[in-house]
Amino acid sequence: MKTDMVIAGVGGQGILSIAAALGSAALDNDLYMKQAETHGMSQRGGDVQSFMRISDKPIYSDLIPKGGADIILSVEPMEALRYLPYLKKGGYVVTNSTPFINITDYPEQEKLEATIKALPNYVLIDADRIAKEEVGSARAFNFVMLGAASPFIDVPFEYLEEGIRKIFARKGEEVVDMNIKALHAGRKFSQENR
Amino acid sequence: MQKSLLLGVEAIAQGAIDGGMSGVYAYPGTPSTEITEYIQHSKQAKELNIHSDWAANEKTAMESALGMSYAGKRAMVCMKHVGLNVAADCFMNAAITGANGGMLIVVADDPSMHSSQNEQDSRVYGKFAMMPVLEPSNQQEAYDMARFGFELSEAFEIPVLMRITTRLAHSRAGVARFAEVMVQNELKLPEDKVQFVLLPAIARKRYKKLLSNQEKFEAASEDSAYNTYSDAADKSMGIIACGLGYNYLMENYPDGDCPYPVVKISQYPIPRTMIKKITGECGKVLVLEEGYPVIEEILKGYLEKEAVIGRLDGTLSRDGELTPDMVGRALGFKIEESLEIPDIVAARPPALCVGCSHIDVYKALNEVIAEYGEGRVFADIGCYTLGALPPFNAINSCVDMGASITMAKGAADAGLIPSVAVIGDSTFTHSGMTGLLDAVNERTPITVIISDNESISMTGGQKSSAKGKLEAICEGLGVEKEHIHVLLPVPKKHDEIKEIFRKEFEYKGVSVIIPRRVCVQKNVRDQKIKKASMAKTAAKA
Ligand code: SF4
Repeated sequence: MKTDMVIAGVGGQGILSIAAALGSAALDNDLYMKQAETHGMSQRGGDVQSFMRISDKPIYSDLIPKGGADIILSVEPMEALRYLPYLKKGGYVVTNSTPFINITDYPEQEKLEATIKALPNYVLIDADRIAKEEVGSARAFNFVMLGAASPFIDVPFEYLEEGIRKIFARKGEEVVDMNIKALHAGRKFSQENR
Repeated sequence: MQKSLLLGVEAIAQGAIDGGMSGVYAYPGTPSTEITEYIQHSKQAKELNIHSDWAANEKTAMESALGMSYAGKRAMVCMKHVGLNVAADCFMNAAITGANGGMLIVVADDPSMHSSQNEQDSRVYGKFAMMPVLEPSNQQEAYDMARFGFELSEAFEIPVLMRITTRLAHSRAGVARFAEVMVQNELKLPEDKVQFVLLPAIARKRYKKLLSNQEKFEAASEDSAYNTYSDAADKSMGIIACGLGYNYLMENYPDGDCPYPVVKISQYPIPRTMIKKITGECGKVLVLEEGYPVIEEILKGYLEKEAVIGRLDGTLSRDGELTPDMVGRALGFKIEESLEIPDIVAARPPALCVGCSHIDVYKALNEVIAEYGEGRVFADIGCYTLGALPPFNAINSCVDMGASITMAKGAADAGLIPSVAVIGDSTFTHSGMTGLLDAVNERTPITVIISDNESISMTGGQKSSAKGKLEAICEGLGVEKEHIHVLLPVPKKHDEIKEIFRKEFEYKGVSVIIPRRVCVQKNVRDQKIKKASMAKTAAKA
């Protein structure tokens, strides 16, 4: 059992909550995990990424080698492409299709989608829409994304549910349920559209 | 045993708390900030009454920690690598005074300069001061070594430097904690009453002691559980792996079957016997170090007699942090071809937040500077350094904490008038005040803009030592009252701000302009905290 994943997005989008849920899922089930994240200047709209590694054997490096990631999970379409050098042959790119445009030279939407669709293995999902319309909370889009990546993560799905329960426990039942609903919605989309 | 999920920095903090620490002293700086923040937010630390307030700069922090050590208690001081330059005066001399209570100096280096001005390697400082140095290779070691560092410090009566790098600092893993929390030391003054009095006669004695102790430090490294020698059959090459370098090595042998002998180093001075053995037995030696080629250079020697490979001969890149694939290549592995970044991917640099007060300052400043000709704005370190990038292109320098004021002064002395300094509130109290005093004493015609957002914003909105004190400080340093202006940087006041800039640029003495508006991010955070505490009180009532 081993999954190496690059989680990508823009500072402020909250990718670290995805990593936190996964991390707690791994730890509570006696798996090894390492998660490296970017800190520092991230609060101001720059690109951010987190390397997430889960395994049933000890993990040494905090960084994923180039060409070593099983999954690139990106909450923003252009950011998904930035980490392609890390993708393993046969690995999956799972990305949100809603762009976060805070620069003037952001690529044209059509070209961006075409580039993603030219990849051998991808899931392109409008997590923002699904979160709003199907889940009922725009903020849950991060867990729609985790759900969409879940079929490719070599960790039992229940572990992910547990992880979400744990990190949101303090915020109450409603928030927990909302995010678990998001997780399921993302997973369903991915299973139907991979 | 249940493990806690901790960042490397958090592991150090928890290790220090569990290791009987009485106080932490620090100035924020990426990637070291969260060590102190963790302690500030720790319930356990609060119950144990552990000091954790921010200091004005790294030098005051280190001096306070040394004072706590003098009084017999365990103290930790934390900073980023360039912060050690600020604290270097105290640091070098603390090796001479020695420690009484355990003193741990944690310095976080930033190879690849993720958010720094250089990538200096603090192990060089450790050698310079002749102090023992610890370099954890993972989060568990980081936790364990905090307590170990205090013990080592007390055993040898010397401060101990712990050097970490960005990847360890900001990477999370499961950490097993000690079964017991150590009790803090009692107040106990040093037995030698003059130990901390570095008059030449005493300092000479203390220095001799430091020199004679080197052997003991080295023996401790030889015996350290953190330094290991693993033998293997293939002696065509030996590998010396320091700190994180060890992980990148083992990443390439996930089943632990590295065919070459390996020396893992996490404690310095360098364990000489191990090094002798590996260089003696192996055809050549590959040195994996995160940072400068410190060991590599020593082994290779000036005449390059030894067959040593690493950063100096180009086997590994000379600059930047190590990566598992870079190490893999050095070990002779073929690296899988991977995809390239498509051309359409645009750079997404960090930018000032929407509504940030610095934006209003730069907009006005740019227009007025245009009237005088550009190239005369000296800035400093903080969010406002982003003013160097488009769309502002407003500043011409960013060198070290406080250099804006003194560089503006030097340029004005050279005839560049007006010269303007842009500095943040916290950077000003960190290292700008003394430079302002220089300018006041000579009535140098400079305008100092203290862009005050009432927080240390770049590192996450920590409490600024300057809060509520700026006008008084400037007046106290001798800036004339009529040339100190406080104004509100909002778009509506644009013309008014320009007027004041213009007027003070014309003044042939020192002026200070303080645009003051709280950082947007800090404000959001503060409101959240306020709301949460109001909800709490409401729930109680
Ligand atoms: S964090 Fe604060 S000071 Fe920094 S850019 Fe944002 S608003 Fe401005």
